[in-house]
Amino acid sequence: MQLVTPAIGLVFWMLVTFVIVLTILKKFAWKPILSSIKEREDTISNALNQAEQAKNEMARLHGENEQLLAQARSERDAMMKEAREMKEKIVGDAKTTAEEEAKKLIARANDEINKQKLAAMDELKKEIAHFSVQIAEKLVADKLENSEAQQKLIATYLSDLNNKAQA
Amino acid sequence: MPENQLFAKFQSVTKKSLLVGFALFVGIQLQANKVVSAEHAIEAHEVNAHANEEHENAHQQDHGTITPDQVNAHAESEQNNAHGKAQAHEKEGFDAGKMIFEHIGDAHDWHLWGEGEHAVSIPLPVILYTESGGLTVFSSSNFHHGHAAYNGFVLHEGKVTWEDANKTESIYDFSITKNVLAMLIATLVLLLIVISMAKHYTSNQGKAPKGFYNLVEPLILFLRDDIAKPSIGHKADKFMPLLLSIFFFIFINNIFGLIPIFPGGANVTGNIAITLVLALVVFVTVTINGNKYYWKHIFMPDVPGFMYIIIIPIEILGVILKPFVLMLRLFANITAGHIIILGFFSLIFIFGAMSPGLGYLVSPLSVAFTVFMSMLEMLVAFLQAFVFTLLSAIYIGMAVEEHHH
Repeated sequence: MQLVTPAIGLVFWMLVTFVIVLTILKKFAWKPILSSIKEREDTISNALNQAEQAKNEMARLHGENEQLLAQARSERDAMMKEAREMKEKIVGDAKTTAEEEAKKLIARANDEINKQKLAAMDELKKEIAHFSVQIAEKLVADKLENSEAQQKLIATYLSDLNNKAQA
Repeated sequence: MPENQLFAKFQSVTKKSLLVGFALFVGIQLQANKVVSAEHAIEAHEVNAHANEEHENAHQQDHGTITPDQVNAHAESEQNNAHGKAQAHEKEGFDAGKMIFEHIGDAHDWHLWGEGEHAVSIPLPVILYTESGGLTVFSSSNFHHGHAAYNGFVLHEGKVTWEDANKTESIYDFSITKNVLAMLIATLVLLLIVISMAKHYTSNQGKAPKGFYNLVEPLILFLRDDIAKPSIGHKADKFMPLLLSIFFFIFINNIFGLIPIFPGGANVTGNIAITLVLALVVFVTVTINGNKYYWKHIFMPDVPGFMYIIIIPIEILGVILKPFVLMLRLFANITAGHIIILGFFSLIFIFGAMSPGLGYLVSPLSVAFTVFMSMLEMLVAFLQAFVFTLLSAIYIGMAVEEHHH
């Protein structure tokens, strides 16, 4: 029976001790411990959230970079294409200009050549006429007894000359 | 807390109580043993009485030739003799029940080793209050292990009584007994551990715990996340200091109780006075914090009026029974553990009394069983602290639960 009969002294000391322990632990131990555990948990969960955010931010930046890169690439392609077109156009333009110039030059040269030819023909005609006169003088001097024959001869010569000149 | 989880926990508690039932059975058996051996005790008494007569004779013969000191010494030696004879007598039939109940009970001195007058023990202060004599404080060594009277008081079977058996005035015994001292030591250790932990936590704010605190923190987290929060809900934080204090107080006292030598070995949490106070603290907390739904549930339950005659007494009984069961469960479990371990040791001496050889034969077996039981008791030390805290949390949770009808 003594086993299940609470002794008053033990009840008293236990009550005193437990109340003191409860008060001390509550104030100096459990509150700081629980609050610092809570704080640490908050810190950890915050850190995890921040890491998640940073990861998302990184992914976003990465996407943005990709986009920028693609844009730059397409821009470069466009520029290259433009440049190529420009080059072709310039080359083409130059070609046509040169061709025209050449044609003009050729035409001018032809003109000049014709002019020179005509001038040379005239000169030649004059020379030939001169030589003819000289030849005729000599012939006339030699064979002026037969006038009829002479007249005929002269006419022949002249018509020949005319024909040549016309050719 | 989900119903099934709660159920599983209760189931484990039920299994435990089966073990306790067995332990109590063993205890009862030993108690029966005690009754049988009572006659031995009576014989021992007779021997004692005889010794006293002899002492008287010796005293008369030597009267006037020896100093009072010598008389005392003589008397003591005579008593030693008598005690020795009594013990010789007892040894024939080793009284396991007496030994066990001496060990699990409280004492006014902390017995270390030895027997009878040769026992070496730490004397503890005896503090008595009587209406006639007021407050009396003296060392328990004055009782000479119950063989001498002091200031008119004697120590009889661990209790302080009047030397004059006819005196009926009640004695209020506020002595620092073995259990009080053991509790104070364990509590001091608990305070040192937990306060140093708090210091560590405040100075290392936000950092991971180190070393020993890694062992304590999971317990705190377990109590908060698996006991308090599921049972009490969002008001759990308010009751955390109480629940933590109850848990660690019970746990450390349970563990200290398993240490066989000083400063352990006292059956603190297996003493009904200790569990009574713990249960009382829970009861007071529940009663103070009970909200209107709690009280309505007791005094105005949702049943037809004529049922009130039955329901209200049952509810009131329930209010008292809950802490009462808390008190009994812890007391019975821890006491049972101590009884089983002591019982195994008693086997050695019981068989040893039959024949020394048999005693030696049994001892390895007893030691093996005791090792096994000690392991089990370590689990029980945690489990009972856990169960007490869990049930306290559930009671508190019932009292502060908000109903939304």
